[in-house]
Amino acid sequence: MLNGLFKKPKIKLEEYKLPPIDGRPTVPDNTCTVCPACRRLVVTVDLEESLYICPACSHYLRVPARQRMEQTVDKGTFSELFANITSQNPLTFPQYAQRLEKAKRDSGEEESVICGTGQIGGLSCALFAMDPRFLMGSMGAATGEKITCLFEYAAEHNLPVVGCILSGGARMQEGIFSLMQMAKVSGAVKRHSDKGLLYVALLADPTTGGVTASFAMQADIILAEPGALIGFAGPRVIEQTIRKKLPPGFQRAEFLVEKGFVDRIVPRAEQRSLFAKLLLFHKR
Amino acid sequence: MTAYERVLAARANGRPTGQAYIEQIFTDFIELKGDRRFGDDPAVLAGLAFLNQTPVTVIALEKGRDLEEKVRRNFGSANPEGYRKALRQMKLAEKFNRPVICFVDTSGAYCGLGAEERGQGQAIAENLMEMMALNTPILSVLIGEGGSGGALALSVADEVWMMENAVYSVISPEGCASILWKDSTRAAEAAQFLRLTAQDLLEFGVIEQVISEENGNFSAVCAHLKEKMAETLVFLSSLDNNERLDRRYARFRRMGGGAV
Repeated sequence: MLNGLFKKPKIKLEEYKLPPIDGRPTVPDNTCTVCPACRRLVVTVDLEESLYICPACSHYLRVPARQRMEQTVDKGTFSELFANITSQNPLTFPQYAQRLEKAKRDSGEEESVICGTGQIGGLSCALFAMDPRFLMGSMGAATGEKITCLFEYAAEHNLPVVGCILSGGARMQEGIFSLMQMAKVSGAVKRHSDKGLLYVALLADPTTGGVTASFAMQADIILAEPGALIGFAGPRVIEQTIRKKLPPGFQRAEFLVEKGFVDRIVPRAEQRSLFAKLLLFHKR
Repeated sequence: MTAYERVLAARANGRPTGQAYIEQIFTDFIELKGDRRFGDDPAVLAGLAFLNQTPVTVIALEKGRDLEEKVRRNFGSANPEGYRKALRQMKLAEKFNRPVICFVDTSGAYCGLGAEERGQGQAIAENLMEMMALNTPILSVLIGEGGSGGALALSVADEVWMMENAVYSVISPEGCASILWKDSTRAAEAAQFLRLTAQDLLEFGVIEQVISEENGNFSAVCAHLKEKMAETLVFLSSLDNNERLDRRYARFRRMGGGAV
């Protein structure tokens, strides 16, 4: 019985070939995330616990809207509003329907923003958070409609608004309708503000274009994540316009603080407690 | 005319700019300069004038006529101080109960280093918010290019009109084509998809009126425009302040692109 044990194997090692793989080795979707800064693989569940900060290099990864909500509100207090408002294709723009479908699959969300109410440090507020996986948080008509509804709801119920903003700007595929959202949301922000209610915005990487030129810059208190790109024109557009390379650090959150357009840079671990304090300061 | 032909017409050299409209429609125009914070932006031309016998505030995004003037006015692309200068004039108009008339003609807010350093986004954002609640009638007329946020920053109004060959869009057709197909030479196709002509926007309910440019020289077109302006301002001024603001809010509130 043991005879065969010390014999040379009859099959040569080369014949134990692994089955062929198409392209590069992969892991199942969403199990792991590659840190864009250090290229290391991080298990997604671990990322959620580390507030989407890379455990290896401390890079701030972009936080999906729903995780952002969980990070921000007291556990179990988030209650979603206006979830049924979704994007149409008002211009029947080429490839847009497919891109919308893909954005929905990639993010698991119906639109680039989620809205609702919750508590932070036991204080009630209205909240919205934008999703990097949904066309980089771009603002279509449904995005504008949801945020407008939220400010109207908050004004009606005397609630402060906390906005976690991340967006590439207005959504080109909805043409003039996305541009009009800038004015529409601004109107709702103004009416909320005129009731003496607080609006705090937290700007994450990236916040640009029509979102910067509307509700990102309309908050009473504007906070930003370390290193976040914040600007009106994107860096490439500026470089093309002025035909020069931009200086390092240009349009980063720290630069905006220096120029007077952002109040404070807030590390992720301190965001929730700062929100709670700010709500407490403005409690009515 | 195709959409792209309209874009080219809107940009055409020699197309009347804000100054020409001001000369034709108003009397006693007195230019007022500066934002009282940083400087004076020549891309925005602002001041007082009479429309018939009514004092009004006039603000134009001005591209300039000859090359030298175009360079001085940065081809109508305003910096933040331009938008702040416009807002200062609007606040004065509110204080003294004057209607505001804006002429919009810009390829977009300027995308430069200084513009970012001085808060281009913040300047536009503030105009949108303040215009939404400005307690005096506002009428905006897009006379050439209506380039994205830079044009919107003077177009949050009780009524928005467009000249027949003006265009209004979230992105230039070239920019759109280069994003979509990585090929800015396909701008003509992109222009078609963007639905940026006056007629398209009238159908969408984004503007109230298209001003015909046909059948007549520029002064006839302006005479017609002046008549409509006077009529509309009488109506807007007759409204109670809150009613006018509610109407302005509702005007933008209903622009949902079918998303409900």
